[in-house]
Amino acid sequence: MSGRQIVVVGAGMAAARLTAQLLARDPDAAVTLFGDEPHVPYNRALLADVLTGRYAADAIGLPAASAQVRTGSEVVAVDTAARTLELADGSIAAYDTLVFATGSNPVLPPIRNLHCTSNTGEGGRLKQGVHAFRTLADCARLAEAVPGARRAVVVGGGILGVSAARALAALGLPVEIVHQAPYLMERHLDEQGGAALHRALADLGVAVYPENRAKSLVGTDRTEGVELANGYRLDADLVVLACGVRPRVGLARAAGLEVRTGIVVDDTLATSAPDVYAIGDCTEHRGRVHGLAGPAWEQADVLAAHLCGAPAEYPGSRVFARLTAGPVEIAAFGDVAPVDGDGHDVIRLADPTRGTYKKLVLRGDRLVGGILVGDLATVGALTHAYERDEVVPEDPLHLLISRGAPQ
Amino acid sequence: MKHIAMAAEPTAATETHCPYCALQCGMALRVADGAGAGADVEVVERASFPVNRGALCGKGRTAAEVLRTGVRLGSPLVRSDGILRAAGWDEALDRIVSGFRDVQGKHGRDAVGVFGGGGLTNEKAYALGKFARVVLRTSNIDYNGRFCMSSAAAAHRKAFGVDRGLPFPLADIPKTGCAIVVGSNLADTMPPALRYLTELKENGGSLVVVDPRRTRTAAEATLHLQPVPGTDLALALGMLHLAIADGHVDEAFVAERTSGFAAARASAMAHWPERVERITGVPVPLMRRAVEMFAEAASGMVLTARGPEQQSKGTDTVGAWINLCLATGKAGRPYSGYGCLTGQGNGQGGREHGQKADQLPGYRSITDAADRAHIASVWGVDEASLPGPGRSAYELLDALGSDVKALLVMGSNPVVSAPRAAHVTDRLKSLDFLVVSDVVLSETAELADVVLPSAQWAEESGTTTNLEGRVILRQAAVTPPPGVRTDLFALHHLAARMGVSYGFPTDPETVFDELRAATSGAQADYAGITYDRIRREQGVFWPCPDEAHPGTPRLFLDRFGTPDGRARFADVAHRPAAEEPDAEYPLYLTTGRVLAQYQSGAQTRRVAELNAAEPGPFVEVHPHLADRLGVAEGELLEVTSRRGRAVAPVRVSGAIRPDTVFMPFHWGGAGRANSLTNPALDPTSKMPEFKVCAVRVERADGPVQVPAAEPVAADVRSAL
Repeated sequence: MSGRQIVVVGAGMAAARLTAQLLARDPDAAVTLFGDEPHVPYNRALLADVLTGRYAADAIGLPAASAQVRTGSEVVAVDTAARTLELADGSIAAYDTLVFATGSNPVLPPIRNLHCTSNTGEGGRLKQGVHAFRTLADCARLAEAVPGARRAVVVGGGILGVSAARALAALGLPVEIVHQAPYLMERHLDEQGGAALHRALADLGVAVYPENRAKSLVGTDRTEGVELANGYRLDADLVVLACGVRPRVGLARAAGLEVRTGIVVDDTLATSAPDVYAIGDCTEHRGRVHGLAGPAWEQADVLAAHLCGAPAEYPGSRVFARLTAGPVEIAAFGDVAPVDGDGHDVIRLADPTRGTYKKLVLRGDRLVGGILVGDLATVGALTHAYERDEVVPEDPLHLLISRGAPQ
Repeated sequence: MKHIAMAAEPTAATETHCPYCALQCGMALRVADGAGAGADVEVVERASFPVNRGALCGKGRTAAEVLRTGVRLGSPLVRSDGILRAAGWDEALDRIVSGFRDVQGKHGRDAVGVFGGGGLTNEKAYALGKFARVVLRTSNIDYNGRFCMSSAAAAHRKAFGVDRGLPFPLADIPKTGCAIVVGSNLADTMPPALRYLTELKENGGSLVVVDPRRTRTAAEATLHLQPVPGTDLALALGMLHLAIADGHVDEAFVAERTSGFAAARASAMAHWPERVERITGVPVPLMRRAVEMFAEAASGMVLTARGPEQQSKGTDTVGAWINLCLATGKAGRPYSGYGCLTGQGNGQGGREHGQKADQLPGYRSITDAADRAHIASVWGVDEASLPGPGRSAYELLDALGSDVKALLVMGSNPVVSAPRAAHVTDRLKSLDFLVVSDVVLSETAELADVVLPSAQWAEESGTTTNLEGRVILRQAAVTPPPGVRTDLFALHHLAARMGVSYGFPTDPETVFDELRAATSGAQADYAGITYDRIRREQGVFWPCPDEAHPGTPRLFLDRFGTPDGRARFADVAHRPAAEEPDAEYPLYLTTGRVLAQYQSGAQTRRVAELNAAEPGPFVEVHPHLADRLGVAEGELLEVTSRRGRAVAPVRVSGAIRPDTVFMPFHWGGAGRANSLTNPALDPTSKMPEFKVCAVRVERADGPVQVPAAEPVAADVRSAL
C-alpha cells in the first residue's frame, strides 16, 4: 500500500473508523480526509448527550491517527477518469484510491410553513426555532435556543427523535413527540414495547402523540406551534425535525457512479468506478441502506482489510437498535413482530410496575428477534446468541432471566 | 518471634518461604531431630511474616512432600542408546560441555539457547543470565516468565517508567475504597491473598471482579462483570468512556501528573458504552455501576493478572486499565494505583536480573551502551563481548531445530506450559542436544539428553522478590540428597569446564553481593539489600540504593518513574483476539489454574493430597452447552483447535459462559490444555495468547490415545 494516496470524501464516523483501521494495519499509509464540517471526526452517536451537557463538544472527537484531516473542505466534483477531485475553493487533489463516506442528510418532512414566510428576505430559510439534529453545529444552535424556549415539539419518533426528546426534557423543557406510526420506534419495537417506552418517557415529562402527522407550522419567521393533521395544535417555540436520513449521493451521482437510494457497492465495498469505494450511510449494499454507526463501522473494517490486501468481504449487517436515553434503556434486534402461526414461538415477560418488557422471537431453536425495555441484564447473552445464530437452550426463558444465567 | 522460642526446642525451625506462587508466604521448616539428608521436614506456621500472617494454602502446607526421595531425581541422567540412565555428575557435566562445544563449533554461539524460569531465585536467575552471556556468549536466552507477566511489565514501563508488580504492599489493599480485580482468580491461585479482599469489604470498600468465569474470587465480588474472553480491552475503554461522560475525570491530576490524555480520550469516544456492550456482553448499567463504585471512592486500585495479560493485545489491555486509574486520579496516591498480581514464585525477581532476552540485571537494557558498560565492568569482561538481544520465549522455542541446535532448560517445563505445546514438543525433540535441570523428571526432562537433579527451596538459600517488590530470603533447612546439587554448583562447574574458572561462585550470598553491585544505580536497585537486613526487616522493598536506605514499599507518591515524572496514558483501541470462533471452531477456550495444582504441575502432581483434590484435567462447560453436546458430568469430551486436540472429562458448571469452555493447564498427556492454545504473540511483550482461542467440542466416543513418554531406563524408574 506504500506510496498510494487514499482519499476519503467525508470525515464522519465511517471515515474515522476506516482511517484508524487502515493505519493500524499499515502505519505508513497515506490517508487524507476531506470533511465539510469545521470539526475533526466526532462521535455522532453522542450528540444527544452533548446537548444535555454530559459531554463537552470538543470531548467527543474520534481518533484519526496520523491521517491528514482537511476540515471545512467541501468536495464539489470527482473525475474518476483523471482520478482527481475538485474542492469548493477550486483546488484539485489527486487520488489513487477514493472512498466515499459522505454520510446522510436529515429528511425534511412534508410540513407546510417550515420556512420563513415574511417578505423581509428571510424567505426560503427554515423558520427560527426549527432545528435539524444531525451535526455538532445543529447541536450548538439547539443548545443556544433551549434557554429561551418554553415548549418543544419533536417531529419523528425513531431512535433519534426519542433521544432528542429525552435530552430536551433533561434540560427542563416540556416536550411532545409527534409520530406517524401507532407507537415509537416502530421499526424496532412491537406495540407493547412501544407502550413501555411511552410510559418511560412520560415519567421524564415527554408526551407522545402517536398516529399523528405534523401538517404545518404556525408562525411567520419564528415558529409558534405545530398543527397536526387531526386539527389539534401544539404550542411550541422549539421544533426538532427527526424524520430520518437520506444518503448523500449527489457528488457520486454527478461523478457517474451507479446510485440507487445509496451509492451501490459490492461485497468489497467497491462502487461501479475503478478504485472508488463507498462506506457508511451513503451506501446501498444488496439493496439495503443502513444509516447507523454499527453497519458503517463493519463496512469500514472490511474495506480497511481489503485495501491492505487481506481477504475480506462484507456480508451485510444484522441490525441492532440500542438506546440509552438517561434512565430509558432499550435493546431490540431482528424480526420482532412476525406473522402469527408461521412457525415462530414468542415469549413475553412484562412487568408494568417496574417498567420492563422483554420479548423473544424464536424459530425452531434459533433466536430471530428480541426486545428488552427497562431491564437489560441479559442483553449480552441475547445479542450474541442472535448475532452468532446460536442454538438456544431448551428452556429459552433462561435467556430473559439474569439470575443463575451468565449475564 | 516464634522461631527464636522454638530454637530452644530440640528441633529448630528455619524461617523461609513457600516454593510456589508470587505471594512467597512466610513459613518455617522443622526438621526431625537428628535427621540428615532427605529427612522428614515439617512445614510450620510463621506468623511474623506480614504477607500471609501465618496462613498457608494446601500447596504450601504440603510443599515438603516433594523433598521426599521417591518423587524426585536422585542423580544426573544421561541418554545412551535412546534411554535415560543414571550417571555421575562428572560424566553428566562432561557430556553437556562436549554437547554445547559441538553445536557451537558447527553452528556458532547463538546455536545454543538457554530457557530459564520464573521460579528460580534471584541468584540463579542472575547466574544463568551471566552464564549465557559470558560463558556461552549466546544472545538466545529467555524464560517462561515471558508467558506470565511480560504484558503487564511492558505496560507498566510505558505508563510509569518502572515495572514493579505492585507499587504498594498488599496490606494497602484493605484500605482502598474500591478494587477492580481483572482476570485473577486469586482465591484459587494464591489463597492467602484472598483475605485482603475480604478485609477490604469488611472495611466498607467495594470489590469489582472482571472474569468470564464466576470463579471463587468472582463470587466474593460486590459486582462481577463477565465479559466475552478477549474483550476486556474494550471493557476498560468503555469504562473510561463512562468515567469521562459522567464527570469522573480528575482534571487537576490529569493536568499535573500525566500526559497523553487527549489521545486516550479520543479512543474512549470510539468505544461508547452501547458499542462496548455489543463487544463484551457486559450490560451498560453494570458498566456504569462499576465506574461509579471506582470513581466515587476516595481511593481505588486496579489489579490485573493473567486474564488480561495473556492475550495477543495484553500490553494494550493492561494499558487501558491503567488509563482508567490515571483519568480518575487513582494512581501515585496513597491506597491507589495499578498493580499486577505476579504469578510465579520469583516472577518479579526472575524478570529483573537478566534471563530476559533484552535485559541485563537490574532491568538494565542490553542495547544501552552505559548499561552494557556497567555490567561488563562488574563481570570483568569486555563490553564488546556481550551479545545483543535475542529471541523471546516462544520465538526461541519455535526456532529449536532450525538455527538453535542445543538448549539448556533450567526450572521450566515447556512441554506442558508452552502454547501450541505439541509443536513445541516436536521442536524440543528436533534438537541435537537438550539439557534440563529440574527437581523432578518433568515432561520436558524426559526428552533431554542430560538431566541434572537440582536442589530445592528447602535445601539451598537464596532470595526471591515477591509480587510486592519485597526482596525476601529463603534459607536452607536441610542438605540435599547425596546425588543432588544446586543450580549454582552446576553453573560453576560448567563454566569452569568451558574455561571460565572465576565469577560463578556456588555460595548464594556471594552471588547476591555481586548482583547488588550489578544493579546499583539501576531501576531495580538492590545495592542496599543484604541477607541480614532481609532477616531483620521481613524483607526489603526495592529500589534500595544503599544500606542506610529504608527501601521503597510505595512507589510513585511524589512522581512517576518516567523521565518527566508524569504517567503516560496509553493510546489503545480494541481489536479482536488473534483467533475468534467461527463455524468450524465455534467456542472460546480459556485456560487457567485450579486450587490444588501449580503451573505445569511438575511439583504438585507429585503430592498425594493435592492429587486427591485435583486428580486430573477437565473441561468446564455451561449446562446449556452440556445439553447441546449431550454429555453428562464426568463423560469424556474431545476439544479440538487448529493446533491440536485434548481429551478430558466434562465438568458442568453454571459458572462459565455458555459460549466458552475452560481447561486448567497443569497436566501433560491427552488432557494437555496447551495442545490447543494459540501462540499468537503480543507485538510488544511477545506474550502468547493463552487466554483465548477457538475450539470445537465433541463427545469423545472413540478410544483415547495417550502419547507415549520418552523412554527412561529401569534403574531410573526404580530410583524415583
